[in-house]
This record gives sequence, structure tokens and C-alpha cells, in this order.
Amino acid sequence: MSWIDKILPSGVRREEGQRRSNVPEGLWKKCLKCEAVLYRPDVERNEDVCPKCDHHMRIGARRRLDIFLDKEGREEIFSEIEPLDRLKFRDKKRYRDRLSAAQKSTGEKDALIAMRGTLQGLPVVVVAFEFAFHGGSMGYAVGEKFTRAAQLALEEGIPMVCFSASGGARMQEALISLMQMAKTSAVIERLKLAGVPYVSVMTDPIYGGVSASLALLGDINVAEPDARAGFAGPNIIEQTIRQKLPKGFQRSEFLLEHGAIDMIVHRNDMRDTLARLLAKLTNSELSQKAEAEEDELEQDEAALEQEVEAESKPEDE
Amino acid sequence: MNPNYLDFEQPIAELEVKIEELQLVGSDAEINISDEIEKLREKSTRLTEKIYSNLSAWDIVRVARHPLRPYSLDYIPRIFTEFDELHGDRHFGDDRAIVGGVARIDGRPVMVIGQEKGRAVKDKVLRNFGMPKPEGYRKALRLMEMAERFKMPVITLIDTPGAYPGIDSEERGISESIAQNLAVMSRLATPIICIVIGEGSSGGALGIGVGDHLAMLQYSTYFVISPEGCANIIWKSTDYAPDAAQAMGVTSAVLQDLGIVDATIEEPLGGAHRNVDLMAERVREHIITELKRLEEMPLEEMLEKRYQRLMSYGS
Repeated sequence: MSWIDKILPSGVRREEGQRRSNVPEGLWKKCLKCEAVLYRPDVERNEDVCPKCDHHMRIGARRRLDIFLDKEGREEIFSEIEPLDRLKFRDKKRYRDRLSAAQKSTGEKDALIAMRGTLQGLPVVVVAFEFAFHGGSMGYAVGEKFTRAAQLALEEGIPMVCFSASGGARMQEALISLMQMAKTSAVIERLKLAGVPYVSVMTDPIYGGVSASLALLGDINVAEPDARAGFAGPNIIEQTIRQKLPKGFQRSEFLLEHGAIDMIVHRNDMRDTLARLLAKLTNSELSQKAEAEEDELEQDEAALEQEVEAESKPEDE
Repeated sequence: MNPNYLDFEQPIAELEVKIEELQLVGSDAEINISDEIEKLREKSTRLTEKIYSNLSAWDIVRVARHPLRPYSLDYIPRIFTEFDELHGDRHFGDDRAIVGGVARIDGRPVMVIGQEKGRAVKDKVLRNFGMPKPEGYRKALRLMEMAERFKMPVITLIDTPGAYPGIDSEERGISESIAQNLAVMSRLATPIICIVIGEGSSGGALGIGVGDHLAMLQYSTYFVISPEGCANIIWKSTDYAPDAAQAMGVTSAVLQDLGIVDATIEEPLGGAHRNVDLMAERVREHIITELKRLEEMPLEEMLEKRYQRLMSYGS
């Protein structure tokens, strides 16, 4: 083991052949908001929330699902769904080539990942947008996966949670993308009529077609702190009205103030808050087992912390 | 340039000027030149046929936005009788970019909802150039739910450059107002017929556009982002709007191939604005035929068909 491997904490070390994440690897990470240089394991332990300024950094769909669902008994669903290029869209590049490039760089087929699993013991179907894939834009594959996940939730009568992060409808699929708005809204309406809870969690950023469909149709709409969500992008609005936008416009606090969302939830509280809400909406109790698991996890984390500290020591010496 | 003609129509405009001039000469000098006028008229028709048989996607977008293009309020009195406009969303205000009300078609009571761009400058301002705000979509929703209660079919006329992108629009929840309409229209227990009469721009159009039957006028357009917007994002310049229009397939021909649009209603030669009465009559007949078909279907079956159709989009 080389000296550099020795000082790397286990969370940062990567075995050969492991899948590359989108984030450039390194021991330090800069917060884009407060510009503090942060020790990466500290950031990761805090679920990618800046320990200094509480900035909620953007995270990928898999990371999102990983920190949200219980560790045991999760399963990816509808991973077979692939994007289609029915228009054979071509601008400067072919859409097909753009798709391949995005697939290669993210390791995902398209911009939505779906899983079923449990949240503190409650069965849930969860979907999360991958913003790194074409800006999390919604075309056929995203709409289809969301819809099938919702239909599964409907059939089994288990709550659905969606973490959205999206620039809107995918323009390369033109009107097919637009129709995904109608499609996802229609299936959400069926959940509503059947009394199956649907919670929409808005994470930075959400605009256009995703905002004007699935993101704002939750029985409960939640946003992470300081997330931006709106129909039209700030540039478009500024160009239209020819004036500067007020500070905090379209941020979570703005959304709360104007009645678009029920609450702002810190990423560290997301599991607890949503579990508590869903337990009440489904008239169920959170299982003791889940709580015990939580304790166990905390112990694991404490152990990891010690391990990390122990491993980083040689650096000081 | 004659502002009533688009650039690709200028040869037609020149012929029309000639015809007009000859008519003036004819009445002044009492010379019989009717033969000559007749010839020019035929020539003009052939030229129009030729130009219109070969329109690009971008040309069609421009016909759809033609300043003389008939709007909802031009069609409503021609298609329906006894139109009584109903106002307001009951929460905030009355958005004049969406008009709605009860009327009759072929004697049968229906709810009519249409986006209205406004004709004269003052009217355009009043109608916010056809860009609805949340209260517009909520008024539409109120009227649709009323139609369901009174078992009236809903007819929507789509023609908007998009939902209004402004501070007040965002404050009052433009996204939610559109999303809510999509959700409710997917299950509203009464027939819904949607017709794109001009410009169907993105979510703003879809907000009154979910139903059992979607038709487009021949030279109308429907897109997820305006060709200019798309060009701006991809090519960083609106000069490429024609390429964007072509790539996105914004015309009824392409959208019918994709199975998104059910029918194309043929326009009079040179576009709907050359003969509004004829266009309105064709739309009226189309609505009556489709209504008859939908009303013969058991309601449950119609609703399940509507839902399954939504589920099938894209595949």
C-alpha cells in the first residue's frame, strides 16, 4: 500500500473497476456557496450538505435514493426502460449521439431512477431525477418510468415519493416530452382518487414541464432549503418584464410564502419527516425494527468516524 | 412589403396589387378588362396553391402566427350559437387571455374555452397577448368542472405563445395551475375535444389541451418550446429557428404520424385568414362529427380510452 493509500479514508479509497462517480475524486471539496474548503468525508457524512453554511449540494439520483431508503430490502425497478428517438432529432449533433454520451458519462440509461424499498419500515416506491443526465429533462423514458412506478404504487397501495431535479421537458423529444406531463399528471390523479399518498420533494432546480406537472401535484409538496423551482427560468422572466427579479425569487422560502409547498425540509431530516408524514397518511406505525436499525446505523457511523480519524493520523505525524 | 402577407407570400401580394389596380382602371375608364383580371386571379390562385403546397415547418409556424389569423373570438360566434361568456376564477381575478362560457353547437349545450390573443393593440394588452396567468387556468378548471356537473361536453380552442412568464404568474403558482388542469382533464367525466387553431406553445397550451380528441388546423403549430427558444439553447441564436422548427416537427403532419394528434382540419387556400367563414364551418362540422362519436360511447369506456391513450404517449 502506497503512502497516499494509507492516508486516504476508506470512504474515499476506490477499488479498481468500481464505477466512477460524477464528482471528481479528492480529499477536499469546495462548497459552491460559502467557498469553504471542506474535508470530503465530513461532507459525505452530512449527506452532501455543507457543514459550514448548510448549503444543500446537488446530488445524483443513486446517492439520493441511497441516503433516503432503508439499507435493507431495496430493489431497483423498471431499469429496462430506455429512451427513444422517434423524431430522429438532429441539431448540431444527433440526439442519439447526445444520449449515448450522457449514458456513458452518467452510467444511467436516462434521467430517472426508480426503486422500491422501505422508509423506516414503511414500504414505499421512490423515484429520483438524475440532473447530470440531460439536465434531468423529461422525455419518454422519464415519463414512462415515473408512470410505471406510480402504477405499481397504485396496484400495491403503497406510498410514492418523488425527488425531482429537472430543467423541464426534453426538447429533443418535442411533443412526446410535452405529453409526458399529461401522462404523469394523469397517473398521479389516479393515486389521489385511490387514496395512495404521493409526496413530491423538490430539489434544486426544477423548471418548466416537470414543475408544471408531477412536481407540484403532491398530496404534500416539500422542498429542500434554498432550492429553486418555477415555471419559467429567471432569464426568460427578466427578458419578458425587463426588470431585475427580487432576491430569493423562486427559492424554497418564496414557494412556502406563496403557498406552493407545505414545508421546507433539511436533507438530514428528510427520512424522519417523510416517514412521520407517510405513517400518518397511511395510518400506520413506524416499526420498532426500523428504529433499531437507525440506532445501529448511527453506531456504524460513529465507528466509521473513529476509523477515519485513526486512518488520517499518519498525515499529522 | 405588404404586412398582410408573409415574406414567402410576397409574389401573391404583388399579383393582388395588380388585380386591384386593374379593377380601379376598369371602373375609371370603362374599358372591359375583366378577362385580364380573371386571368390574373387564376394565376394568383395557382401561385398560392404552389407556394402553400410546399411550406416548410417554419413557414407554417409563421402562418400560425399571422397577424390576420382568426382567433378564438373570431371562431366562437361562427361555430356556436348563444355563447354566454362566464368570467373569473372565484379566487383572484378574471384572466382575459382565456375566454370561456356556455354555448350551443347544433343545438347541443357545450362549454367552450379558448385562448385569445386579441386583435387591436388595446385588445392585445387586455388579453396579455394570449399568455394566460394562473387565474386563467383556474377559470378554465372551474368551467370544466361545471361542465362535468351539467353533462356538457368541453370544447377547447388552443392558441397561445405560452403561459405568462412573470413575477405575479410565479407568485400565484402558474406551474400548479397548469399541472392541476392536466390532472383533472385526464379524468373529467364528459367528452373533451381540443383544437389547436393557431399557436400551441408548450405547457401553456397543454393546460387546456388534454382530452378525448385532439385536432389541429392544417397551418397551426404545436411545440414543447418555441423554435426560437430551441434555437437559442442549441445554436445560441434565434436565426436558427427554421432549423429548430424542422427538427422538432411542429406541424400537424408530423404530430399525426407520432399518434399525438388525431386529425388535421384542412384550411382554405392561403390559410384560415383568407376565408374565416369557411374555416369556421369546417371546424364546426368536425366538432359535431367527433361529439357524436364520443357521445355514442359509454362514458366509462371513453374515460378509460382517454387514460390509456395518455399512458401510451411516446411508446
